[in-house]
Amino acid sequence: MAQPRQLDAVAVRSGRADDIAAVMAIDATVTGLAKPGYWNALFDADGALAGDSRIFIVAEDGAGRVIGFIIGEVRAWEFGSPPCGWVFAISVDPASRLAGVGSGLLAAITDRFRDAGVERVRTMISRGNHQLMSFFRGHGMMAGPYIQLESELD
Amino acid sequence: MKLQKASRLALYAVLELAGRPAGYLTAAGMAETYGISINHLGKVMRTLVRAGMVESVRGAKGGFQFSGDARRTTLMDVIELFETVGGPEGSAREPGEHTAAGRALGEVLDEIDQIAQATLRSITIATMLKLIGRRSASAAARTPGERALP
Repeated sequence: MAQPRQLDAVAVRSGRADDIAAVMAIDATVTGLAKPGYWNALFDADGALAGDSRIFIVAEDGAGRVIGFIIGEVRAWEFGSPPCGWVFAISVDPASRLAGVGSGLLAAITDRFRDAGVERVRTMISRGNHQLMSFFRGHGMMAGPYIQLESELD
Repeated sequence: MKLQKASRLALYAVLELAGRPAGYLTAAGMAETYGISINHLGKVMRTLVRAGMVESVRGAKGGFQFSGDARRTTLMDVIELFETVGGPEGSAREPGEHTAAGRALGEVLDEIDQIAQATLRSITIATMLKLIGRRSASAAARTPGERALP
């Protein structure tokens, strides 16, 4: 049974363009997919975060190594929803889990959402990802009033 | 969604016990709290003990104690000791399921089952205790005399 662990001096800060390589590596480790096009588009050619309200936060260990990240955005009136904060992605290096890194990242982005004036945070999780779903539920999130529908395009 | 009675009693028992990790509770005490038959609860407790989720201690100050990991044990872990959510695989065939209407209805019902299973598999006992705490705090704010779980 995995036990909680203590990591020295974990800090969270706004992500930078030069964090992308580390973020991509964590994502590829966790998901098995590299997605360079997606991650490289996160920042524009000038190194600024693309998108008006996108939020990108990383966690780094005492040695300054990026060990986790969270990305989200405030979105308004899509799907008829008043402005709320969306968490698009969160991931922690498996070697650094069970040390509160994910919780710290989620707390950091929800602080930013509050600063932006929204009162609700949402995310979407694959039905089979019980671990990630359990993480968000452990932070008080419950199923919302929307149902995601989809179909294949013939 | 409606749980079978045994599943519900088991969840009550596990939540009561996990909410008091250092103490023991008797079946009689839990039965009184929830207004349930001690015989029914006794059978449920024996199943929980056999599953290793709860341990029993004999003696004057004995009772039951939660012996699982509240952060890892999910609601489904408890429920599936007593019933299968969504119907067992290979269960009895439903009338008309071989028809187009039967297959379409089956797809819809499977969708509901999968959502139910994902929900129950993703809520740990620790998360439920937090939820209970929040509900108790809200209720206490409205009715100060109402009992709250620790």
